[in-house]
Amino acid sequence: MTHTHKQILVVLPHPDDEAFGASGSLAIHVYNGAKVTYACLTLGQMGRNMGVPPFANRVTLPAIRLEELKASCKAIGIEDLRLLGFHDKMIEFEEPQLLDGKISELIQELRPSLIITFYPGYSVHPDHDATGAAVVRVVAAMPKEERPIVQCMAFAKNTVEDIGRPDTIVDVRGFLKNKIDSIRAHRSQFQAPELMGKNKLSDKELEDRFGMERFWTYRFND
Amino acid sequence: MELINKSDIQARIDALRNQDLYIHLEMTNGAYAAHFDSNKHPASIVITNTKVRFGHGAISGEGPYRIGLKMELGWIYTEGLTHYEEQDTERLIMAGHDGQGKLVVALQLSKQPF
Ligand SMILES: [Zn+2]
Repeated sequence: MTHTHKQILVVLPHPDDEAFGASGSLAIHVYNGAKVTYACLTLGQMGRNMGVPPFANRVTLPAIRLEELKASCKAIGIEDLRLLGFHDKMIEFEEPQLLDGKISELIQELRPSLIITFYPGYSVHPDHDATGAAVVRVVAAMPKEERPIVQCMAFAKNTVEDIGRPDTIVDVRGFLKNKIDSIRAHRSQFQAPELMGKNKLSDKELEDRFGMERFWTYRFND
Repeated sequence: MELINKSDIQARIDALRNQDLYIHLEMTNGAYAAHFDSNKHPASIVITNTKVRFGHGAISGEGPYRIGLKMELGWIYTEGLTHYEEQDTERLIMAGHDGQGKLVVALQLSKQPF
């Protein structure tokens, strides 16, 4: 990553969306002097993981996930967390003016040179796709020369087939501690054995599994 | 029941905004779920003839469809809808049927109780 950014805006719908795909890269940006603002659209209040055995319930989950998110931000070095107050699972149904308006306000305020979000249509969860689509709509409406770079995470099965390989691959092995701490911070979500593995992973296994992060730079039509 | 026509459903949702409606919302994976597959956890919900009012709603997806209705303080959400009653112009009757034709989910809205 030769480009250094002063201000980065992360726009994601769920607390924990940053952990696997972007926390290492963000930690690198922070290390390089960037100020990172994380706009998290929801509190993940519809999440189904509640710990095993469950230590959260539908009522307590949002507050628990907010604390997890704060801990994750701390692990990454993000000091500016904005909660946009939307409801989990409902992003795709929101009035576009409301959604776009909030994102647009943040861009006007912060003037980021880089936005990190999900690639619309290739991010599996409807909230992910709808969030990425809103970011793309807002940035596309800006004058071409004022637009920040938009880097997207994507993980749908047909991603590479449809939109090609990621153009930005970040080696985050030097910041693996930040990344693992970010993942572990979300303890209600990621203690499920299928995600973290039953056995403690060796350093090598951790590097193989979490050492690289991939982004697709969104290409606007004009 | 006919296969859902997305733009027709959106028009009907828009026509039902900002008024008191009765809702029937139902979901089930079948009372025999655990009998046929011991890994299944039978679960179901029904809310019927409860009054609701929404200010904004949308249908989403490429089928089966999702619907979200935004109320003053909360949301109504349904996933898995496939069919609707096209002839019934008074009420919005929608359902999701699985590969065997069984009802999995239903979302119905009406000005009169069901
Ligand atoms: Zn997510």
